[in-house]
Amino acid sequence: MGDMSELQAREDQLQGMGVSLLRKEDARFIRGQGSYVDDIKLPGMLFGALVRSPYAHARIKGIDKSKALACPGVVAVLTADDLKPVKLHWMPTLGGDVQAVLADQKVCFQLQEVAMVLASDRYAAADGAALVEVDYEELPAIVDPKKSMAADAPVIREDIAEKKDVGHGPRTHPNHIFTWEAGNQAAADAAFAGAAVTVREEILNPRVHPCPLETCGCVASFSKATGNLTVYLTSQAPHIVRTVLAMLSGIPESKIRVVGGDIGGGFGNKVPVYPGYVVAIVASIVTGVPVKWIESRIDNISTTGFARDYHGIGELAADADGRIKGLRFTALADHGAFNSHVSATKFPAGLFSICTGSYAIPNAYCRVDAVYTNKAPGGVAYRCSLRVTEAVYLIERMIDVLAQKLGIDKAEIRRRNFVQKEQFPYTTSLGWTLDSGDYVPALEKVLKAVDYEGLRREQAEKRAKGELMGIGIATFTEIVGAGPTKACDILGIGLFDSCEIRVHPTGGVIARLGTMSQGQGHATTYAQIIATELGLPASDIVVEEGDTDKAPYGAGTWGSRSTPVAGAAAAKAARKIKDKARQIAAHLLEVGEGDLEWEVDRFTVKGNPGQAKTMKELCMAAHTGNLPEGMEQGLNAVSYYDPPNLTYPFGAYVCVVDVDRFTGEVKVRRFYALDDCGTRINPMIIEGQIHGGLTEAFAVALGQQIPFDENGNHLGNSLMDYFLPTAVETPRWETDHTVTPSPHHPLGAKGVAESPHVGGIPCISNAVIDAFAHLGVTHMDMPHSAWRVWQQCHALGIDRH
Amino acid sequence: MIPSAFEYHAPTSLPDAIALLGRYGDEAKLLAGGHSLLPMMKLRFATPAHLIDLGRIPGLRGISEAGNEIHIGAMTTENELVWSKLLAQKVPLLVEGARWIADPQVRYRGTVGGDISHGDPANDHPALMLALDASFVLRGARGERVVKAADFFLGLYATELQAGEVLTRIQVPIPPPGTGWAYEKLKRKIGDFATAAAAVLLALDGGRVARVSIALTNAGATPLKAAAAEASLLGRALDEAALSEAARLAMDICDPAADQRGDAEYKRAMAGEMTRRALLKARERAA
Amino acid sequence: MANKHVVSFTLNGKEVDVAVEPRELLIHTLRERLLHTGPHIGCETSHCGACTVDLDGMSVKSCTMLTVQCEGASMVTIEGLEQGGVLHALQQAFHEHHGLQCGYCTPGMITRAYRLLQENPNPSEEEIRYWISGNLCRCTGYQNIVKAVQAAAQKLAAAQPA
Repeated sequence: MGDMSELQAREDQLQGMGVSLLRKEDARFIRGQGSYVDDIKLPGMLFGALVRSPYAHARIKGIDKSKALACPGVVAVLTADDLKPVKLHWMPTLGGDVQAVLADQKVCFQLQEVAMVLASDRYAAADGAALVEVDYEELPAIVDPKKSMAADAPVIREDIAEKKDVGHGPRTHPNHIFTWEAGNQAAADAAFAGAAVTVREEILNPRVHPCPLETCGCVASFSKATGNLTVYLTSQAPHIVRTVLAMLSGIPESKIRVVGGDIGGGFGNKVPVYPGYVVAIVASIVTGVPVKWIESRIDNISTTGFARDYHGIGELAADADGRIKGLRFTALADHGAFNSHVSATKFPAGLFSICTGSYAIPNAYCRVDAVYTNKAPGGVAYRCSLRVTEAVYLIERMIDVLAQKLGIDKAEIRRRNFVQKEQFPYTTSLGWTLDSGDYVPALEKVLKAVDYEGLRREQAEKRAKGELMGIGIATFTEIVGAGPTKACDILGIGLFDSCEIRVHPTGGVIARLGTMSQGQGHATTYAQIIATELGLPASDIVVEEGDTDKAPYGAGTWGSRSTPVAGAAAAKAARKIKDKARQIAAHLLEVGEGDLEWEVDRFTVKGNPGQAKTMKELCMAAHTGNLPEGMEQGLNAVSYYDPPNLTYPFGAYVCVVDVDRFTGEVKVRRFYALDDCGTRINPMIIEGQIHGGLTEAFAVALGQQIPFDENGNHLGNSLMDYFLPTAVETPRWETDHTVTPSPHHPLGAKGVAESPHVGGIPCISNAVIDAFAHLGVTHMDMPHSAWRVWQQCHALGIDRH
Repeated sequence: MIPSAFEYHAPTSLPDAIALLGRYGDEAKLLAGGHSLLPMMKLRFATPAHLIDLGRIPGLRGISEAGNEIHIGAMTTENELVWSKLLAQKVPLLVEGARWIADPQVRYRGTVGGDISHGDPANDHPALMLALDASFVLRGARGERVVKAADFFLGLYATELQAGEVLTRIQVPIPPPGTGWAYEKLKRKIGDFATAAAAVLLALDGGRVARVSIALTNAGATPLKAAAAEASLLGRALDEAALSEAARLAMDICDPAADQRGDAEYKRAMAGEMTRRALLKARERAA
Repeated sequence: MANKHVVSFTLNGKEVDVAVEPRELLIHTLRERLLHTGPHIGCETSHCGACTVDLDGMSVKSCTMLTVQCEGASMVTIEGLEQGGVLHALQQAFHEHHGLQCGYCTPGMITRAYRLLQENPNPSEEEIRYWISGNLCRCTGYQNIVKAVQAAAQKLAAAQPA
C-alpha cells in the first residue's frame, strides 16, 4: 500500500472524476478549426435555398418555377410534386404525427417550406428562390389556441381530418391532437373540496425558442454508384435520425451514415428532423451530387422547434399551515401546425407530471390538452427536460401564490412541504419515484449564503419608501436521463444509450458513445469517467461521438440524459474491462482473483503490495499469448445501458431583483444557485453549464417571446427583437453545490445541464412578482420585459413621481 | 442574407461621387459605413442597382475645432467620436450619445453622416444634433449649402438631402463652458434602438435654468425638439414641479410607433421619464 | 457573367487576390473562397458578432462588409492569432478559464477581445462586458469569457518590457 502522497500523485495523474480538467475539445475551437456543418465542402456540392410561405394559412393554387429555372446557376426547383414519386412530400415526426416536407396544396404556418431551389452556390440559390412565384389563396388563421377547438374553427390539418387518433389517443376535434392526464382526479377534487384554503392562477408559459448560435443545416451526399447516403447534420440524435431516414427513404439503414460533427449549440433545437434536411437528401438522391442546406436565423426562429406555449391553470389546496393537500394543474398546449417534437409514446406531454416538484403532495391530478394552430410546429425544446420547465414553473409559482395567500414566508412554506430525506426513494402521487434528495440542507445553505433574513428586512425598509425589491426562491426537482425503455421510447426505439471501449496495447483508449455533444464537453468528461474506472490517464483516452458508422447506437444528447445514461454505460463498459483485467492480473501474479485489491491504477496482492500489475501493463498483457486458459485477447467492451429509472437532480436558488417603478426595468442584483447533481464529474464544466443555463433562464424570464398578430404573421422573429442578452445585461452568477448521489446510477451521477434553466426561470419570475407582492399582485406572466412590468406599475398607480 | 446584384463605384473625389449620383438618380444609393444600408439589402428590403461608396474620398473624416464650432467630417465613425479627446472636452454630449449607438463593431464602421442622413427617427444622432443646434453641410452638383438640423428632418426616412447631394460635414456650436449635458436612452438591451431617449443641454444661472435644449429620439416620425418643455423651464429651478411639467410637455409632442419595444402609451411615458432623467443628469454636470 | 472586381488585401500576413461580385459579403469570401472557416455566421441582421474579424485595426462584422470595400486592407482572423505554434494569450486564457463550450462564438469573441486589449490593455470587468457587447454567446453566460479576457490582459501586461 503506497503512502498517501504517492497515491494522491497517481490519482492526480489520471485526471479522473471530480477534477476540473481543462477541456480536450478546446484545442480546435480556440484556433477556429472546428468542423461545423457549414464548414463542409464536398466536390460538386450544390446549395439549396428554401422558398417559404408568407401566409400562416393558405391554399397553394400554383407554383411557377420558370423564372427561377432561368436564373443563372440554378439547377433545379423542387416542390411537393417532385417528392411525391418517392413518397417523401410528407414525413413522420418524432411525435407520432406526419409533417409536410414541402407544402402540398396548403400551407399551415408562416414561413412553412414550399419549394427548394438548387444552385451552384448560395448566391444563385438566393436569387432563384426570390424568383419562384407561388399563387396563394389566403385562409383564416388560428393563432389563439383557445380558439382551436371552437365548433366553427377552420380545419388546419385537412390531411388527417378523418383520423380519430394521431398517435396519442382519441381526438375530439380536427384541431385536437391529444389529451393526456395523470394522477387521481377524484382524490384531488376531494382534497380541494375539503381544504382550508385553495389558490388558483392562470399561468402562461409563452412561446420561446432555443436559438443556438449556429442554425440548423446539413450536407446530404448520395452516391449513385454505391447507393450510400451520407448526411452531415446538426443533430443531437444522429442514430435516431439514421433510423428515421431509413424508414422514410427506403434506403437500407446499413447504407446510411449520419455524421454529427461540431455543433454550435443545440438546447433541444437540433433534435427534430426538419423538412430542409429531407429535401436536401432527396435533392442529392435525384442529382447524384452533395447538397448543402443551411437555414437563416429568421428561418430558425420562425420555423424550427419552438418551446413552451403552455396556457396553464394552477390550483393548490392546503391546510391553514400551508401544507399542500391537493394539486390540479392543467394546460392547453399550443403545438403549432404539426405535432413534431420528440415524444415518448406514453408521454406526449413529456415529463409534465413531475409537477408535484420537491413536495410531498398526497393528491394530484394533471392534464394537458394539445391543439393545432397556424404556427410553426414544436413545443419540447430549450433545455426543458421534456416539459419539465413547464411543470416546475407551475409548482414553483403556485407555492409562492399559496404562501402569499396565507401570509407564510416563501422559504418556510417550502420547508413545510418538502419530501424529507428519509422518505427517499419517494414515489410521488403522479407516479415518479424520486431516487434521492436532501432538500432542507440545500435550502438552508442558500438562505444563509444570501442572508435571507437580512434581505427580507431590507425589502421591508425599501417598501416603506415605495421602492420595489423582490426576492425569488426556487427549490426544484428535475427529472432527466430518459429513460427506462419500458416507459421511454421514440417511435418505438427505447431510450437506452451505449459506450464501446477499446484499449490499445500501449495503454491508450478509444471510447465511442451514442450521445452527441453540442458544447457539453463530452470528450473531456467521459474520458474522466473512464480514467477513474480503468486507472488510465484521461489524456490518453480519446472519446468520439456522432458518426453512426462508428459509434454504438444511442438516443443522443437532450434532456440532460448523457451522464445518467451514456455515462452509466461508460462505467459499465469500463467495469467489464476491469473485470477481465483482474482475471489477467491474477493469472500473471499467480494468485486467485479474490486475493487482489484495486488501488487507483493497479491491482495489488492483498498483504503483499510489492506484487502488483498496473492497468497499463495489463493492456499490453491482454494482447499477448500469456492469458488464462480459454480467454480471448483484447481489452474491449461495449455496454448498452437501459436505466432502471430516471434521475432527479435538484437545486435551491435565490434571486434578488430591484425594479424601477418608472420604467419597469428589472435588474437582477444577485443570483445564488445551489445545484445537487449527485456525483460531480468535472466541477468546472458543471459551473459553466450553470452559468449558461441561468443566462438562458434570464433571457426567457425577462424578455423572450415569439409574438404573432391575429393573422399568424410574426412580429419579432429576428435578433432585432428576440432577446438574446449581451455581456452587459447578463448578471453575475454565484454557484454552490451539495452532493446527494443517485442510488441507482453506477457513478451516483444525475446530470445537470438543464437544471439551471428549469430552476432559474421560476426563480427570476418569482423575484419579479415578489417585488409587487405587498401591493396585492399574485401573478404576472412572462416575459417580465420593462414594458410589461411598467404596465403593472402603471395599473397600480406607482409610476408617478 | 444575400443582397441582390448591383454595380459598385468607389469614387475618389466628391465631384465624382456627385456626378455618379446624377447619372444613376434613384437607382443609386450612397454607401457610408454600410451598417444601416447593407442589413436592409441583405434582407432585400433595399435593392439599389448602384452603390456609390464614399469610403475612398479624402477629406470627409476628422474632428476639428473651427472658431466656436466643432466640425465633424460626415464619414467620421462612431468609434472616432467615442474616443475623441476634443469632443470629450468640448461636446461631451456627442461622446455619451455615440457610446449608446449599437455595439463596438458597428461603431467602428457606422458613420455620423450615415446615421444622420438615413432619416431614421430611431437613430440617435438626429436628436443629439437637434439638441446641439447643429448644421449640416450638403454638397451637390450646384454647390454647397448649409441646413440647420432643425430644418433637416422631414419625415420617416425623409430628409432635406436632395437627390444628387452628399452630406459632407456636421458643424456643431460648442456649448459654453459649464453647460451640463446628458443623453438618457432607454433600451431593451445594449445595442437596441431607443424605446425612448432624450438629449439635453442645460445651463444654470444662480440655480435657475438659463438655457436648455431637449430633443427626443424615436418618439415620432422625426427627432423632436421639445420646445414647449424647454420654454417651461427657463428661469426656474429644476424642482419636482418643473421636472414634471417639462416631462409632460415633452410627452405631449410624442407620436411614437407601437412595436415590440412598447405601445404608444409606454413609449410616450418613457419619453417623459427620459427627459426627466436627462435633465437631472445634465444638472449634475452643469457648473 | 456578373461583373467582378479584383480585390487584393492581406489576410493573416499573406497577400490574397480574389475576384468577386460587388455584392459578395466578406464573410463568404473568407469562408468559401479563402477557406478560413473560423469566423462563423450566426444571423443575417448584423447582431450576433460570430463573424467578427480584425480589419485595419478595427473589429468589424464581416457579414456587414462587402469584399469590394476591402481593397488594400490588412485583415486578421482567428486563424492568424497563433504565431509560430504559440497560442495568443487570449486563446490560452479562454482554454484555461473555460471561456467556451460549443465554440461557435469563440473565433469572433477572441478576435474582438484581441482588438479590445490593444486599445484598452487593463479593462475592468464592466469595461470588458461593454466592449464585447457586440458578440453574443448562448452557452457560457459570459462569466468565464470575462475571466479569460482579464487573465489574458494580465499576462500581456506582464509580458510588456518594463
